[in-house]
Amino acid sequence: MSGTFVGMPAFPEAAREAVGDETLRGNLRHATHTIRDKRARAVAELDDWAALREAGKRIKDHTLRHLDRYLVQVEEAVTAAGGTVHWAADADEANEIVARLVKETGESEVVKVKSMATQEIALNEALQAQGIRAYETDLAELIVQLGKDRPSHILVPAIHRNRGEIRDIFRSEMSEWGRPAPEDLTDTPAELAEAARLHLREKFLRAKVGISGANFVVAETGTLVVVESEGNGRMCLTLPETLISVVGIEKIVPRWQDLEVFLQTLPRSSTAERMNPYTSMWTGTGGGRNGEGDGPRTFHLVLLDNGRTDTLADEVGRQALRCIRCSACLNVCPVYERAGGHAYGSVYPGPIGAILSPQLRGTESEIDASLPYASSLCGACYEVCPVAIDIPEVLVHLRERVVQGGPAVRNGNRVVLKPAGGHAAERAAMRAAQWAFTHPGALRTGQRLASRTRRLHPRTLPGPGRAWSGSRDLPAVPAEPFRDWWQRTRGGRDGAK
Amino acid sequence: MRVALFLTCVNDTLYPDTGRAVVKLLTRLGVDVDFPMAQTCCGQAHYNTGYRHEAEPLARRFADVFAGYDAIVTPSGSCGAMVRELYPRMGERARAEGRGDGLAATLAPVVPKTYELTEFLVDVLGVTDVGAYYPHTVTYHPTCHGLRSLGLGDRPRRLLEAVKGLELVELPGAEECCGFGGTFAVKNSDVSAAMGADKVRNAQSTGAEVLCAADNSCLMHIGGTMARLRTGMRPVHIAEILASTQEAVTA
Repeated sequence: MSGTFVGMPAFPEAAREAVGDETLRGNLRHATHTIRDKRARAVAELDDWAALREAGKRIKDHTLRHLDRYLVQVEEAVTAAGGTVHWAADADEANEIVARLVKETGESEVVKVKSMATQEIALNEALQAQGIRAYETDLAELIVQLGKDRPSHILVPAIHRNRGEIRDIFRSEMSEWGRPAPEDLTDTPAELAEAARLHLREKFLRAKVGISGANFVVAETGTLVVVESEGNGRMCLTLPETLISVVGIEKIVPRWQDLEVFLQTLPRSSTAERMNPYTSMWTGTGGGRNGEGDGPRTFHLVLLDNGRTDTLADEVGRQALRCIRCSACLNVCPVYERAGGHAYGSVYPGPIGAILSPQLRGTESEIDASLPYASSLCGACYEVCPVAIDIPEVLVHLRERVVQGGPAVRNGNRVVLKPAGGHAAERAAMRAAQWAFTHPGALRTGQRLASRTRRLHPRTLPGPGRAWSGSRDLPAVPAEPFRDWWQRTRGGRDGAK
Repeated sequence: MRVALFLTCVNDTLYPDTGRAVVKLLTRLGVDVDFPMAQTCCGQAHYNTGYRHEAEPLARRFADVFAGYDAIVTPSGSCGAMVRELYPRMGERARAEGRGDGLAATLAPVVPKTYELTEFLVDVLGVTDVGAYYPHTVTYHPTCHGLRSLGLGDRPRRLLEAVKGLELVELPGAEECCGFGGTFAVKNSDVSAAMGADKVRNAQSTGAEVLCAADNSCLMHIGGTMARLRTGMRPVHIAEILASTQEAVTA
């Protein structure tokens, strides 16, 4: 397992390995079903869930519609509160800005709050290349980092690991990074948490620079919000002298009051809690600018585009930008449950990843062109989404982009995408089927031919047909199609069987 | 009321017994049902695989063939959802592409007149006891598009509960997808097969003889998996259960 998603194979191949891994299947089934059931109970407690969901959707849509205005408002408010705003068009720009800011402090290590945006741009790897060590402090991110592993879930990045595996990682790897795990560490949750706590505590107390993302940025006040469970984020946000936050431009909400919606829907959707244990909010450098208060003395906000403006240009696909990264769609997805998060080849796995990655990165790579098909379109994701992203609709839209190409926006430019390769046989079959379905005579001839030769039909298929018959018997073709029976018996009126 | 049966291409070709069952059932309930011979396919497989433009002529054809009927009844939750949920969307997309309101206007009339079979029975005919007899233990799998797109709710269950001789047993994890998903079944065959095997294991755990659903394409996948795993269980479309009577069973 390597720490990067570059050069991933297409989803079906990556998923095959996961489907065959009994331990992984067991870990995922147990974890997703537990959180799925708890979420359902937490949501059912609220009488106005449907209204909250609709409100969240509308707030996000409104913000995205007027993003140009709200981004400027954020810049003004953060600057007025003593912070410095930086603009990053892509991952490289963001990484360069952050590395430069860290170097300017004279430090060579940073502590990190769990953040999807910094995972997306592979910040840790970029910092490492510049001689800066980034320590993940979220428990699950720590497990992933120590294990030289990749995250497989948005909220619980180490969901693919069980307790025994975590103990082994702690015992063998912690000493490489700092305080070692006790020799006699067992796999009880309390002992594992204590080992992580002691390991992380020395980093919190030593760090001069903290790096975070944000769940929300309030435009009217310039306030950033981080929602978390463990309190490690609070440590990173308050102890270091310098705080650098890397935030996707879609994280903005216009007003402070808008948080009342999301601070209800996010915890219930993600961890199934009525309220998450730690909600940290900060506005610029607060009172700490002149050293008279708590918190960082220097605050930088890096606003990240990295494909978001291109996504916003797509009328159907832009709804993916409403996402508040709750993970409810992952936990309820039957495909995610079997394939695991790594098969999606992105820090954004599951249904939301299948619509986000091919939009943020484009559909050119093998993995990104395969992601829109990584769904049976069962619709469970849409049903649980707290901002009502119609994920099946976007999946089908992106399938169309893969097979038919068409207009899109890439790096701010209007382009016409060519159809992806590898779909020639499918395209021919679809066109043939379309022809038959618009020529009922031909369809009927085909049906009759199938019926008359039915005793010759094999039980299993060779070549590509094994994709069906490898695990399923073929249906038996009947003696006659329905339409022949209908015509022969005048709809059964002639009494014939 | 002029009622048309939209059987679907899959049922016409592979599952004619389901079509006969719908005709028998509706006739028994006093509905004079027609089968317009010009019908073919709603275009769902095209649309959901990314061939929206290829699906458009099929949708136009559907709207044309079924234009003169007051109600269009289909024994398929997913094809019903194609018409009701996705035909309006096709019209909107054509409009967004600058092709005018033509497609939307052509498709609009058939959208509200299309009913999945159990909807038609419960909502239009107002019956839940259809006079059926089926002396077997049955477990019911709600297929995804019927469940989530059409919102069939407890209609199938109410119909099954009123069948004499039928013992309905709860399917664990009922609302989880079986893994068929149209072309998903072959494009992601490993995941699809794993989902199918889990569905079959859950069905087996009920001890039922029959797994019933309102969609034969899902049943083709589940039934094919059942046969391969030699479970001895049978997949049966709900229309065939509702059409079954004491006379037919004892005859």
